[in-house]
Amino acid sequence: MKIYVPMDSAAKALGADDVAGVLAAEAQKRGLEVEIIRNGTRGMIWLEPLVEIEKDGVRQAYGPIAPTDVGALLDGRVDTHGSVEDIPFFARQTRLTFVRCGLTDPLSIADYEAHGGLEGLKRAIAMSQDAIIDEVKLSGLRGRGGAGFPTGIKWDTVRLAHAPQKYIVCNADEGDSGTFADRMIMEGDPFTLIEGMTIAGIGCGATKGYIYIRSEYPDAIAVMSRAVEIARAAGVLGVDILGSGKAFDMEVRTGAGAYVCGEETSLLNSLEGKRGVVRAKPPLPALEGFLGRPTVVNNVISLATVPVIFAKGAEHYASFGLGRSKGTMPIQIAGNVKFGGLFETAFGMPLGELVNTVAGGTATGRPVKAVQVGGPLGAYLHPDQFDTPFGYEEFDGQKALIGHAGIVVFDDSADMLSMARFAMEFCAVESCGKCTPCRIGAVRGVETIDRIAEGDTGAIELLTDLCEVMTDGSLCALGGFTPFPVMSALRHFPEDFAPQKEAAE
Amino acid sequence: MRTPMPAQSDLTPPDASEIEAVIRPFLALEGPLLPMLHALQEAYGYVPESAYAPLCAALNITRAELKGVLSFYHDFRARPSGKHVLKICRAEACQAMGATAMADRLLKKLGLEWHGTTANGAVTVEPVYCLGLCACAPAAMVDGKVIGRVSDARLDTVLAEVGA
Repeated sequence: MKIYVPMDSAAKALGADDVAGVLAAEAQKRGLEVEIIRNGTRGMIWLEPLVEIEKDGVRQAYGPIAPTDVGALLDGRVDTHGSVEDIPFFARQTRLTFVRCGLTDPLSIADYEAHGGLEGLKRAIAMSQDAIIDEVKLSGLRGRGGAGFPTGIKWDTVRLAHAPQKYIVCNADEGDSGTFADRMIMEGDPFTLIEGMTIAGIGCGATKGYIYIRSEYPDAIAVMSRAVEIARAAGVLGVDILGSGKAFDMEVRTGAGAYVCGEETSLLNSLEGKRGVVRAKPPLPALEGFLGRPTVVNNVISLATVPVIFAKGAEHYASFGLGRSKGTMPIQIAGNVKFGGLFETAFGMPLGELVNTVAGGTATGRPVKAVQVGGPLGAYLHPDQFDTPFGYEEFDGQKALIGHAGIVVFDDSADMLSMARFAMEFCAVESCGKCTPCRIGAVRGVETIDRIAEGDTGAIELLTDLCEVMTDGSLCALGGFTPFPVMSALRHFPEDFAPQKEAAE
Repeated sequence: MRTPMPAQSDLTPPDASEIEAVIRPFLALEGPLLPMLHALQEAYGYVPESAYAPLCAALNITRAELKGVLSFYHDFRARPSGKHVLKICRAEACQAMGATAMADRLLKKLGLEWHGTTANGAVTVEPVYCLGLCACAPAAMVDGKVIGRVSDARLDTVLAEVGA
């Protein structure tokens, strides 16, 4: 029998390694023939460690399993959730990008191929560069890192640029709080990212790739590095990709704890070994990127979605979604929620349904006060805005953003003035220092919010003005978007900024 | 992954030839500085000042450029940390699950500020902004090992394990 115990770091953080250890020991003691497979997570973190037992080709899910439950589990005395695919949270999803995550052994390329892996690459190899770019354009894929820029157009710019060397850089500096989709796919299905980058390389005429992973993700770095070696040995990477005569190879690089390096130009400077300061655009990285050469910089999820687009066809992918937000988005449900995890679904689901139905409301059982969508630079949304459909333009209309699609839920104990202050404080800590509105503005922002907390209501106007300057004058999204959480907190939760607050407490 | 570091007193700064041996494998990379600094920190627990001259010579950069890079990134240390490093997430998802108050209690109990090291050198406590464990918040990491749904009791166990 096969037993699946996830090696995803969220599962590990909840004891999966101990469970796997006890399982191996207990199975040996009982003389059971057991193959323990360390898979990725299925994304239902409240059930982790989620153990699956496969008998006669059927997988049954059990969880959360503690090391002390292992004996009972092997005795058959633990209730099963049935098959993962039947758990409501999972059954409601449309899994395209994450179709294999948690299903397969992340480091088995045979398993990868058996579940549809490499189909996209094989198809792309037979296509012209033009046709590859058209396929991506037709799919409607937009940058999943947050900016939502059409991926095909970016690729085309690089393809048309003249240079002796072009690069594909994967931005795996997933620093936004409430997001973990990049980490999950790198730990759970790393070959899909490698395949996506390889297709990008072939399409754009780039032969070298880099995956820049933040240092806070040691497990993802280990899995990804190993996967690159395996892919190289299997001829998926190298000078002759799958016997096509085309070349592409990649390296994994580790960040060094700077949030701003998730900004593409800052990331490129960091990759070059410089301070991770933001570069002014133009020139676009697509024309002058890594080492001044044409470079595609795409988020992990954008690139990891490419294989399914090529395997199933652009029309198939584009048939999901809403308006100009095509396809699916892996939404990450986090913070104070009953059912936290990764929920991949077509664009368009209303925010309230995600929070109240899918996430099941708060873990504490208290009313939801606010939801921050899109990381530390994303707006706080009020329950009054819960009918907003999940899509780029729809959130823009609410002075909010979907960003990398992390949603962090807060109950009514949250103090929105402190959350606004934290946003400014975070910006001050992480500012690269290049532009004044961000470097100085964030510090002044903290001071101004402190004045409001002390009862100086006149400072509210000052804060509003400061946010306007930061929005209009900052070089990148760090300074430019910090006003989103600050101003949304102020707009939707004015009572938390009112002077009587201190007196009332 | 980080391994526990030797106590500070055991350390004599490595000489230039030792440094060169650590950084040599990275010389052929495009943009080799960060991989070199990570390797040095992995080897010594910090980036020793004795590495500056060999690094600058190897990469043809000035000491000012090198210092600029070192000071930019939160990861690189100028001196060794405690034997173990406990990172506690301060980001929003963890805050939504009470991380701020929990971290305050921990720091107060240890008599430390953020980045501080206990008097016996056992543990350094650092803030981290997101470990990607936002669906099992609050989160922490000890020497590269992740912990989810951290509680005061769990932190006590961790502190006992690292001898703080």
